[in-house]
Amino acid sequence: MAVNYGTQRVTPGAHFGTRDWLAQRITATLLTLFTLLVIAEVVFSTGPIGYESWAAIFAPQWMKALTLAVFVSLGYHVWVGMRNIWMDYVKPPGIRLGLHVFTIVWLVACMGWAVQVLWRI
Amino acid sequence: MTEVTRKRPEFRNINAFSDLTTYRMTPAAWVSILHRASGGLMFLLLPLIVWLFDVSVSSEISFAGFTSAFSAGVGFVPGWLFKLVVLAIIWAYLHHLLAGVRHVYMDATHKVSKEFGKSTALATLVLSIGLTAVLGAKLFGLY
Repeated sequence: MAVNYGTQRVTPGAHFGTRDWLAQRITATLLTLFTLLVIAEVVFSTGPIGYESWAAIFAPQWMKALTLAVFVSLGYHVWVGMRNIWMDYVKPPGIRLGLHVFTIVWLVACMGWAVQVLWRI
Repeated sequence: MTEVTRKRPEFRNINAFSDLTTYRMTPAAWVSILHRASGGLMFLLLPLIVWLFDVSVSSEISFAGFTSAFSAGVGFVPGWLFKLVVLAIIWAYLHHLLAGVRHVYMDATHKVSKEFGKSTALATLVLSIGLTAVLGAKLFGLY
């Protein structure tokens, strides 16, 4: 068989997962840093921890923009992860397609809700 | 192809009861399967997580509903069960995060020795379960 790797590989519409692999790590890093930021905001907030101090964390416009970026990153991260799970365990193409569609609808619906909540603050 | 590789046994149609139970589960194997399980769990509980975010930040009144869900329960779900589900989310997030940091660290530094894999896997399990126990005790008002 001819060489089918490196620059000689034949890639008819396929990708080798490198993009998702990298995206998974970049989004994970962003989610980790955001988690640490929110924990720090809670720890270093003044006064008792209640509604005021909690909601105040998400009040500034830069935090809203960052949180939106985190929601999108989370959505992509979960999509890659759940797609891997379905691809590993579910073989019939019809059921797999149905689960992929369910995953996308589930994620987009949750993301829409979360964005609405974010701009309600 | 050498003689050894050609004679490697091939397993197809893995039986969940007779085959999976014979697998030797090393600490790294537990971290791996729990990484997947915790991710899947958080995916399924995502609407609950968004709801928690919603009621906790929307208004003073909704925040009161947020806190009463833990003490008095919400709908047909009693408070203790609600706390238990939230504790499961806490564990899933901690395990997924720590296992993910281990993953990215190994990818970035190429530290992939057998011993390093075992020690970091044990550290991940001990830290995630330990932190869950500490936060769970706080959640259930033990301190």
